[in-house]
Amino acid sequence: MTTPLVHEPSALALTVNGDPRSVAAGSSLSDLLASLKLDPRLVVVEHNRTILRDRDAYPSIALADGDVLEIVHFVGGG
Amino acid sequence: MTASPVALEALDTPFVIGGREFRSRLMVGTGKYASNQQMIAAIEASGAEVVTVAVRRVDLDRTKDEGILYHLDPQRFMLLANTAGCFTADDTIRYARLARAAGFNEWVKLEVIGDQQTLLPDAAATIEATRVLAAEGFKVMAYTNDDLISALRLEDAGAVCVMPLASPIGSGLGMLNEFAIRTIKHRLSVPVIVDAGVGTASDAAIVMEQGVDGVLMNTGIAAAQDPIRMATAMRLAVDAGRLAYLAGRMPRREVAVPSSPTTGMLDR
Repeated sequence: MTTPLVHEPSALALTVNGDPRSVAAGSSLSDLLASLKLDPRLVVVEHNRTILRDRDAYPSIALADGDVLEIVHFVGGG
Repeated sequence: MTASPVALEALDTPFVIGGREFRSRLMVGTGKYASNQQMIAAIEASGAEVVTVAVRRVDLDRTKDEGILYHLDPQRFMLLANTAGCFTADDTIRYARLARAAGFNEWVKLEVIGDQQTLLPDAAATIEATRVLAAEGFKVMAYTNDDLISALRLEDAGAVCVMPLASPIGSGLGMLNEFAIRTIKHRLSVPVIVDAGVGTASDAAIVMEQGVDGVLMNTGIAAAQDPIRMATAMRLAVDAGRLAYLAGRMPRREVAVPSSPTTGMLDR
């Protein structure tokens, strides 16, 4: 028996709103939002170009190395 | 005599877009205010029910950067997301979908900008995006030029209302082509809301006197020296222009016609 050469990274390298950001391996989307101190009810998340419409699913969405996330909200505009 | 709000309702017809009735023909934006407190006070003074908001990235490094939902109650106002800043149909569709995922409603103020300098709309891209989003169940309020053919195509693509400009966004130049706006209003079946270009109250009255269904503005209020007074002026001007349109103006004459009797004068 040999140990697989593939190893779990201890941190995940993400791109969040265009900037690199790392989170602990095994983090969920809810974990990321909590670490950013964002209220899930007040933002919309796009995960690898897929818009997530079901906020109840955030705790079960696992983040992976290389994921690209956009987190948007409403601001003043005309 | 000042008409009370109740009297005004009796004098006007219901204002319905996409099956929903609105209580104010004035819609306002939320950008460019000096403070959120000033924005709220101006919106309340305007009497608007529909307020537009933009979709932008959350600034992750600034804890003070709060979204507008901290200040605007979605139960009190109908939040109308715009796609401001988008230059392609694909981007516009993405922003509209993001806005819908916020979970408030299916409405979107669709704008696809065609030119950075003038911010004039790209009609072809707007028509394309309208078709896609209307098929997805969006209620599309489509910002466009004061061009009849673009307006007709947008209606055909499924827009619930068409929003031609009075003049370029943020210009405050007022109504540049009354004929074009009246032509669009005459020919379309869906409501026509004039969006952009209103600089002061008389502009708003002139817009409404063309017979259009409503008007949307932001900078005309937000960039006034006193936005709360200007919001009040805009509310009154929209009502005044609407009632003047419904009343039907007197014919224009190139000669004077006396208002007082010409008989009964002394020493004649």
